[in-house]
Amino acid sequence: MPRLSADRRHRVRFTLNGRAVEADAEPRMLLTDFLRHELGQTGTHVGCEHGVCGACTIEIDGMPARACLTLAVQADGATIRTVEGLAPRPGRLSVLQEAFRRHHALQCGFCTAGILMSLDTYLRSHAAPSETDLREFLGGHLCRCTGYTPILAAALDAAKLLREAPVHA
Amino acid sequence: MSELPTSWCGQSVERVEDAALLTGRGRFIDDLGVKPGTLHAAILRSPHAHAKILAIDTDAARQLPGVAAVLTADDIMAMSASLVVGVKAPIECWPIATGRVRYVGEPVAVVVAASRYVAEDALDLIAVDYEPLPAIVDPLAALDPAQPVLHDGLGGNIASERSFRYGEPERAFAESARRVSVTIHYPRNSCTPIETYGLVAEYDASEDAYDVLANFMGPFSLHAVMARALKVPGNRLRLRTPPDSGGSFGVKQGLFPYIVLMAVAARATGRPVKWIEDRLEHLAASVSATNRVTTLRAAVDADGRVRALDWDQVEDVGAHIRAPEPATLYRMHGNLNGAYDIQNMMVRNRVVLTNKAPTGLNRGFGGPQVYYALERLMQRIAIELDLDPVDVIRTNLIPSGAFPYRTATGATLDSGDYPLAFETALRDGGFAELRARQAQARAQGRLYGIGCTAAVEPSVSNMGYITTVLTPEERRKAGPKNGAQATATVALDPLGSVSVHVASVPQGQGHRTVLAQIVADALGLKPSDIRVITELDTARDAWSIASGNYSSRFAAAVGGAAHLAAGKIKAKLASIAAAQLNVAANAIEFVGGRARAQGNPDNSVAFSRLAATSHWSPSLVPEENHALRETVFWSPPELAPPTDEDGINSSLCHGFIFDFCGVEIDRVTGAVRIDKYVTMHDCGRILHPGMVAGQITGGFAHAVGAALYEEYAYGADGSFLTGTFADYLVPTAMEIPSPVILHIETPSPYTPLGAKGVGEGNCMSTPVCLANAVADALGVAAIDLPLTPAKLGIHIHPAEHAPAAQPAPAKTSKGRALHGSGQAQAAAAPADVWRMLLDPRTLEAIIPGCHGVEKISDTHFRADVTLGVGPVTGRYRADIKLSDLDAPRAVTLSGIVTGALGDAQGAGRITLSPADNGGTLLTYDYEAEIGGKVASIGGRLLGGAAKVVIGQFFAALARHSGGPASPGLLARLFGRRA
Repeated sequence: MPRLSADRRHRVRFTLNGRAVEADAEPRMLLTDFLRHELGQTGTHVGCEHGVCGACTIEIDGMPARACLTLAVQADGATIRTVEGLAPRPGRLSVLQEAFRRHHALQCGFCTAGILMSLDTYLRSHAAPSETDLREFLGGHLCRCTGYTPILAAALDAAKLLREAPVHA
Repeated sequence: MSELPTSWCGQSVERVEDAALLTGRGRFIDDLGVKPGTLHAAILRSPHAHAKILAIDTDAARQLPGVAAVLTADDIMAMSASLVVGVKAPIECWPIATGRVRYVGEPVAVVVAASRYVAEDALDLIAVDYEPLPAIVDPLAALDPAQPVLHDGLGGNIASERSFRYGEPERAFAESARRVSVTIHYPRNSCTPIETYGLVAEYDASEDAYDVLANFMGPFSLHAVMARALKVPGNRLRLRTPPDSGGSFGVKQGLFPYIVLMAVAARATGRPVKWIEDRLEHLAASVSATNRVTTLRAAVDADGRVRALDWDQVEDVGAHIRAPEPATLYRMHGNLNGAYDIQNMMVRNRVVLTNKAPTGLNRGFGGPQVYYALERLMQRIAIELDLDPVDVIRTNLIPSGAFPYRTATGATLDSGDYPLAFETALRDGGFAELRARQAQARAQGRLYGIGCTAAVEPSVSNMGYITTVLTPEERRKAGPKNGAQATATVALDPLGSVSVHVASVPQGQGHRTVLAQIVADALGLKPSDIRVITELDTARDAWSIASGNYSSRFAAAVGGAAHLAAGKIKAKLASIAAAQLNVAANAIEFVGGRARAQGNPDNSVAFSRLAATSHWSPSLVPEENHALRETVFWSPPELAPPTDEDGINSSLCHGFIFDFCGVEIDRVTGAVRIDKYVTMHDCGRILHPGMVAGQITGGFAHAVGAALYEEYAYGADGSFLTGTFADYLVPTAMEIPSPVILHIETPSPYTPLGAKGVGEGNCMSTPVCLANAVADALGVAAIDLPLTPAKLGIHIHPAEHAPAAQPAPAKTSKGRALHGSGQAQAAAAPADVWRMLLDPRTLEAIIPGCHGVEKISDTHFRADVTLGVGPVTGRYRADIKLSDLDAPRAVTLSGIVTGALGDAQGAGRITLSPADNGGTLLTYDYEAEIGGKVASIGGRLLGGAAKVVIGQFFAALARHSGGPASPGLLARLFGRRA
């Protein structure tokens, strides 16, 4: 890791949803602020900034991570996926996103990006999760609108569809 | 085309909102760009529950590069007026503390800077001198005139008191066989939307006009309060909302004082000002539901029939009566009988002020507090009269065929069949099986309970119900307030496509989807043909005081208004089509995207062509029939002002709910597990089953949180103990089971579509249903929320023995008391050590975690320190005074330490005596009281931490004077500073 100085902005470069991006950040800048306000990728939301609500969850080097507990400079050189990278192409939704829409698994949609990112990672390594597995896994996310019931239904449905026709993303 | 359904309403169509939200293309307030030059605000907030502000020093903050302004009460008061208060009392309500802070989290200063990061840096540089005052937390204590007073003008802490009497309650109490009562303490909680408050405010000096974009949710009656506070006419406060808002549940009503605050900041700086609330601010100081102490008595016949109710409610609205409070207390006034036929009623309502955050709208709004008392009472009636709780409910339900039903307190329950819904729920929900399951569990020695609740869910509030807090005479003077103006606009463009606009300001409830269904039905189109816009702009759009998203008014009122507006357009289009098709206007039907003659589908015209006619060929249309844009305002005539007898039809619609559940309590941990939950709803006509289910599961989750986990907890000194999501426990998918949902549908005769509200009911019914089940499992009478294991444990386990030895610091009224003493050796002579103790540069070097010491006078110092206690590290400001100086032998240090995590007050006496080696022996003892969040840390940990910190101070003093210090300690100190 390069030596950083608190009063200077540093160049941060990483791969975001398959594209190389770069911008400057003070060492103290959170990755959430960097994604949203420096790179204009506002799909990742900020709900608590202390790592509990899960709204800011993104995928860093293949693992779900809280962007609000990550400094932008820590992401230098990483491969990052955010909600903007889930749909296969504009105007189309992924299997998981489609399932969310079909089951009314979102209302205000503010926590949804984080939940999608967690589930997207999880379903790739857990093809046949039980409802209990999913409840436990989703325990890292707070949703205030849905009561979780439709989210679980959507996740189970998406898992089933992905098992039947594994075309991811 | 003939394959199309006859009605889009009633189908769970996919939501038009979802594709954008699922792909990260939502447009929430913080997703929208700002003008170049926009400044960012951060707010300094009170660490004290109650204190005088002696001085605020903002010089250092102003000098920080990037800071544009630091505003305090003086600046805000110079450019605005107090927010209007809803009761007749000589008190003011400002969006910033004026002279005194009255709750933890109250704004004290606003920094406006080039970025939020810089603004928060500047907050650390503001020095506030507080003189702490005794705080009042318990609403019952607030009734006592001898207690500290929050607002001097009031002469006490009771802001409003009214008594009401309906029917012949005294006679019913005198004549009935039994009297049963409950007293409940309903706690504070909040629905905490995952998106916090946010706004961007601008001021145009050339027109003396404000323009604010904010994720405010209404009611827009508060627009009038804001405009008055900003001292401009309504047309000079342009309030706009962003396209998306991340949940509200009532809470985003409480944004309005910040709109005033930041509008003034924009005016003061001449630049747009953006403020996004953070979660810690949100938890401490946005809005919570009221906590309430209720004593409810019933006069009961031997068969369980309730003849009269006597309500005594003490409502705690926190430190200020902020509009629309005390509305929480009066929202349910018309239906205090719940779902029961009770015609005699007495009510005593008192509203008190305490040192807690001001309250406001929160899902359920007044319902949870009322039903907790009423439905606990119904269970107690069954137990005390040895009846089945189900039979007590059955006996008292308003009978079928009694609708519309006039309640004792003046509401008209519009429609329903309560016995049918109740019996259907028992049958289809499997109540008999649940009883068998309970019997089996109990036979195995398990703690298993069943709870039941019947409730009436009011929706579409009468804007006049809050005036029930005034006397009839005061109301006559003020003029009548009533109604529930809803509005919708349907417009046709030159290509003949249809746009809809409403002032419903959704936060995720799918209004755009449902409105498209409603208008498509009216015009014979598909929902995808209709484009709906829901963001509001008060300068351009149709709106009124009742606009906004609260009291579950959308489906009933706004959906209804859209239906009426589409109907008006349709009538005009029919008359245009009639001329073109050569038939009577009443013989035109709109089907499959065409207008056609009934019985002759070939004689038709495309809807788009017809709809474009008034744009392109007005000459073909008589002027009164131009079909271009129709705006409907709809206010139901049933919502009249309060009568002179204080009767009030507080809501237009009344849904019915009957819930029952089975819970099991873990004998070891005291944790509650919901085994089964059944909820029956009659919410009138259902427009979108998927969204209705979502409202129920979502409300249910909020209710489970309120019942089992969540509380805005305050210490006895008013310190706020649940300031993070690690302390305020929002339930996750692990804690929320999926309820069984049942429906019957009895349409409301008073709404255009027959729909009623459904979003708040479970917040009213579920907390008490779970509590009834827990009370049943444990066989206890008095039980208050939240039902945490610690609270239930005392009913399961025998009393624990207090641990022997090592007495932990006692809890005092303030928080935690600590005391201790010690000794240290310094190599220097007493006179030298004395000099060091009085020298700010030395103090700076020896105070653990010190960032700087400022000398105010020879005997008064101020220090900035970072202290860690266990896992909690925070920055504090220490104010230290020296007294009883006996140079160079003894001195008393007394001080106050304040920080976001807590505060401490204490004093210590230091004695210096010459040592044999020419050095100095320092002896010290101290006493301190610790309050705030830090005080909630275990006493032993706190005592240990204090000992270490004070020990470090003296060790550093010894080291500084050349004395011995243990190497271990030195290394620790060195480690801390590295």
